[in-house]
Amino acid sequence: MSDRHQGAPSTAGWDPVIVAFASHYCAYAAADLAGVLRLQCSPNVRVIRMPCTGKVESIYIVRAFEKGADGVIVAGCLEGGCHHVEGNLRARRRVERVQALLGEIGIESERLGMYDLSSAQGTRFAEIVNEMNDRVAKLGPSPLRVARQRVEPRVVAVAATKGDPP
Amino acid sequence: MIVAERKPVSEIRDLIAPHDRVLFLGCGTCVTVCMAGGAREVSLMAAVVRMAAELGGRTGLVIEEATVERQCEILFLDPIAEQAAGYDAICSFGCGAGVQHVAARLPQTPVHPGLDTQFLGVLEGDGVWAERCAGCGSCRLAEFSGLCPIARCAKRLLNGPCGGSQVGRCEIDPALPCAWQLIYERARAVGALDRLQGVAEVQEWGKALDGGPRRVVRGDQSIADLRR
Ligand code: SF4
Ligand code: SF4
Ligand code: FES
Repeated sequence: MSDRHQGAPSTAGWDPVIVAFASHYCAYAAADLAGVLRLQCSPNVRVIRMPCTGKVESIYIVRAFEKGADGVIVAGCLEGGCHHVEGNLRARRRVERVQALLGEIGIESERLGMYDLSSAQGTRFAEIVNEMNDRVAKLGPSPLRVARQRVEPRVVAVAATKGDPP
Repeated sequence: MIVAERKPVSEIRDLIAPHDRVLFLGCGTCVTVCMAGGAREVSLMAAVVRMAAELGGRTGLVIEEATVERQCEILFLDPIAEQAAGYDAICSFGCGAGVQHVAARLPQTPVHPGLDTQFLGVLEGDGVWAERCAGCGSCRLAEFSGLCPIARCAKRLLNGPCGGSQVGRCEIDPALPCAWQLIYERARAVGALDRLQGVAEVQEWGKALDGGPRRVVRGDQSIADLRR
């Protein structure tokens, strides 16, 4: 996350930070295609390539929010088309659980979304990113960022904690 | 296995509210396999409780994580005892026995429970754990063809079923199978219906928790009294 995104005292000029965990076999390839097609796609999304959404542990998503993300996308293959058979179904359940956990502590669960698409759907990838971007723009900065700004003007990076899955 | 569930985030946040540096301590055995208190869950809860605290306006709270093989064996707790001086409190994600054993090892450190310990049970299906044994101290499974009416009949009837059993479901909760229906079916399947003819004897509850805290002693496991 660049400094530009940290510690802005108001939401004026605020760019949402969105993290997308994308499966190598589909969503990541679709993101690539979106680039090749030069599709209009919000620039504030950080795409993280995963071997499969089944590798997206709940803690990865939670850690993204803890480090200040305003929205998180988990994007995998079409249901039935996961290269690792059912990884995307497991990911869907984890996303639902993390949504509930976020809700429990007062972070809007809509900030997290699970999507499925094929590697040919570059346009769909751009749509998903823009959709999450709009949603997050309406919600405003993550309540965690807001709480941190109330306390001090700059967000202190959260150090990686012992016990993070490797 | 011992089955447990995590406490609500707000409860854990409030338990540790008086402390600045807290160790979230997982247990690598029963509560790991029931997905409540192993390394994965502890790391998730640490992050979520940290965020909850920050959202509530707290600053300066440090939560670190560690997981030991078994909290219910003191030897596994030695490394934690060495680290404990660095923390104001520990939140244990072991079962209730684990929490108390950690506390016993660390007489000066507040130790809080992160889980609600539930029962002795089995994995019944994906993500479903169910009670099977109430640790009564005097096992009667042989009389009931291997199904426990103490743990599985809502009324703990040793001479069941009650009059409320309907199409195989328990009258207390139709989501549950009637334990006595299961006992009857299994007795029939294994050719042991005759065992259900008599009246089951009264349970010796003095061997259960009702008789006070219990211990099991195996003299052959200790040579302390042979040492000079
Ligand atoms: S009879 Fe007692 S020991 Fe045996 S399964 Fe039931 S509760 Fe457990
Ligand atoms: S319906 Fe069956 S399980 Fe339920 S209380 Fe009666 S005998 Fe026990
Ligand atoms: S390989 Fe794409 S979601 Fe599993």
